[in-house]
Amino acid sequence: MLVQTIMKNKTKQVKYQAVIAADECKGCERCVNACPKSVLQMGREFNFMGFPYAVYVGEGCIGCGACFYTCPEPGAITIVKVTGD
Amino acid sequence: MTETIVHGRPKGFFATFERRPGPIKKNMHYCPGCGHGILQKLIAEAISDLQIQDKTIIISPVGCSVFSYYYFDCFGISVPHGRAPATATGLVRSNPDSIVISYQGDGDLGAIGFNNFIQAANRGENMCVFFVNNAVYGMTGGQMAPTTLPGQKTLTSPYGRSTDNEGYPLKVSEMVAALDSPVYVERAALSTAKNILAARKAVRKALRNTIDRKGFSMVEFLAGCPTNLKLDAKAMNEFINNRMIPCFPLGCFKDIADERDPIRRPAGIYDRKKVRELLYPVRVEKGVPPDFRNNSEIFQKTRKIKLGGFGGQGVLSLGKMIATMGRLRNFNVSWLPSYGPEMRGGTANCSVIISRKTIGSPVIDKNCNLLIVLNQPSMDKFLPELKQNGVLIYDSTTIAKPDCSPDKIVYAVDASNIAKKIGSLMYANSVILGALAVALDSYFLTPADQADFDRTFEEAIMDCFSNKETIIKLNIEAFYAGKKAVIESRAGKK
Repeated sequence: MLVQTIMKNKTKQVKYQAVIAADECKGCERCVNACPKSVLQMGREFNFMGFPYAVYVGEGCIGCGACFYTCPEPGAITIVKVTGD
Repeated sequence: MTETIVHGRPKGFFATFERRPGPIKKNMHYCPGCGHGILQKLIAEAISDLQIQDKTIIISPVGCSVFSYYYFDCFGISVPHGRAPATATGLVRSNPDSIVISYQGDGDLGAIGFNNFIQAANRGENMCVFFVNNAVYGMTGGQMAPTTLPGQKTLTSPYGRSTDNEGYPLKVSEMVAALDSPVYVERAALSTAKNILAARKAVRKALRNTIDRKGFSMVEFLAGCPTNLKLDAKAMNEFINNRMIPCFPLGCFKDIADERDPIRRPAGIYDRKKVRELLYPVRVEKGVPPDFRNNSEIFQKTRKIKLGGFGGQGVLSLGKMIATMGRLRNFNVSWLPSYGPEMRGGTANCSVIISRKTIGSPVIDKNCNLLIVLNQPSMDKFLPELKQNGVLIYDSTTIAKPDCSPDKIVYAVDASNIAKKIGSLMYANSVILGALAVALDSYFLTPADQADFDRTFEEAIMDCFSNKETIIKLNIEAFYAGKKAVIESRAGKK
C-alpha cells in the first residue's frame, strides 16, 4: 500500500511556487535573505505605495515556508503547491 | 493540474483590514521588516488552527501594536498603558472560558506596567502574555527602554547605554521563571526562519496551556525594530542573533504545565439580587419593632457622649456598645473613634452622638452631655468640654477626684478593681456601663425605659461580641457588678 502511494506520487509532478502580492509587500527584504534556495529577488519596479517589492524568479521553490514565516505581512507571500498529472 | 495553498494568509486575520487607514487594506501599518507583523501572523495562525477565535480576547497595549485590533478576527480590547494584565485578570475571572492574550511591548510590560504584569504572573492568572522585546521604544521614536542592551545607542543614550549610569537590561523571562505560579516561560527570537519556527511552537504551547486552564504562560520574543535601530533586514537579524541573544539567551525557562491541575476559581456572580445580599447582608433586628420610640425625657434631644482613656482599656468598644444600644432602639447614631498609631498604651477617645434627628457632624468639641473617662490625661483634657449639668463618670481606681463645678453630676466607679475581681481589666468598660445605667435611671429614665436599658445592653453586647460567647457572659456579669457597686455606694453615702 505504502509502496503504491510512493510510486503514485513519484509519477505525479509536484512543484511549489511563491506567489507575491505586489501591493502588500513593503520591500523589507526579509524573505530574500531567508530563502534557502535564493529564488526570491528584489524587483526593480515600485508598487502602489512606492515600495520596491520582492519577486519570484519562477523556478526552484521547495515550499519550505521560510519566506512566508519571516514575512511581517499577513498575505504578501503565499506558497502554492502545484500538482501536475 | 491542481493548486493548493501550503502557506497562506492566516485565517485568524480579517480578510481585509477595513479599519486600517490608507488605500491598501490587506497589509499592516507596521514599518517594513517589523517584528510585530511576524509575531501577529504566528498568533493569527495559531488561534485559527486551535479553533479558539470565538473565545479569544487579544488585549492591545499602548505602543506600535496599539492597533492590533484592526487585524485579528477575534475579540479585542484596547487598554491604558501597561494595564493589560490587570484587564486580562478581570476578563478571565469574570469569564473563565475566554482565552485572554495580553500582547505587550517592552515599554508597556517592562517599564510602566511591570507591577501589573508581575502581580498577574504571581497570581497565576489563566492567560498568556506575548512580550515583544525589541530593546528600544519604538512608537515614540527610539528612546532607551529597560531592555536596551549595554552600549546600545538610542535617542536618550547617545553614547550607548552605560551600565554604570543606567544599569543592566531587565531580564523579564528569568524573573518570571523564578516565581512559583507561572507554568510556562520561554524566550524566542523573531530573526531567522529557524528561530521563527521555534517561536511558532512557543505561541501554540502557551495558547494550549491557556485552553487547558493551566495558568500563566509567557513567551518573550526578541524582535527587530529596523527603523529605530537604523538597520536593514540582514543587519537586523544579525543584531538579534549576535547582540541580543548573548544578552537574552533563548530557550525554555520553565515548563511545568503537565504537573499542574487546571485552575478552578470561584465562579463570578451576575445576579444583581444575589450580589446585593452578599454585600449588604440582612441584619436580624432584635427586640423592638422599627417604630419603637423611648418615652423618657432624656431622649427628646440630641445626646453627645465623649469617652476617653488609654488605648486597650476598651474605650472604643464601650463607645461602640453605647452606639449599638442606640441603634437597637431606633436612634440615629454616630461613632467617631480617635486614637494614636499605637494599638495599646496611647490615649484613645471616641465621640458618640445619639439623636432622633439626622446627625450633622459626628465631631464633639464642646458641650458634651455625658463624659466617661478612664484615665487621668483624658480627665484633664475633656472635663472642660462637659456641658452645664452634664454627667461625668470616671474610674476612681486610677483617677483622683476631679475639681469641677457643683452643677455637674459626678459618679466615681471603682471600675478597674471590680473588673479585676471578675477576671480581667478588659471588663472595666462594662462595669462603667453598669454605672451609667444607674446614673441615668435615677434622674432621666421613666420606669419602662429603666427596665429596657438592661435588656438593650444585653442585646448590644451580643451584637458587639457576636462570636465570643464567654466574653459576652463575663461582660454581662461585669455590667451587673458595676450597677450593684454604684447602688451600694449611693446607699452608703445616704
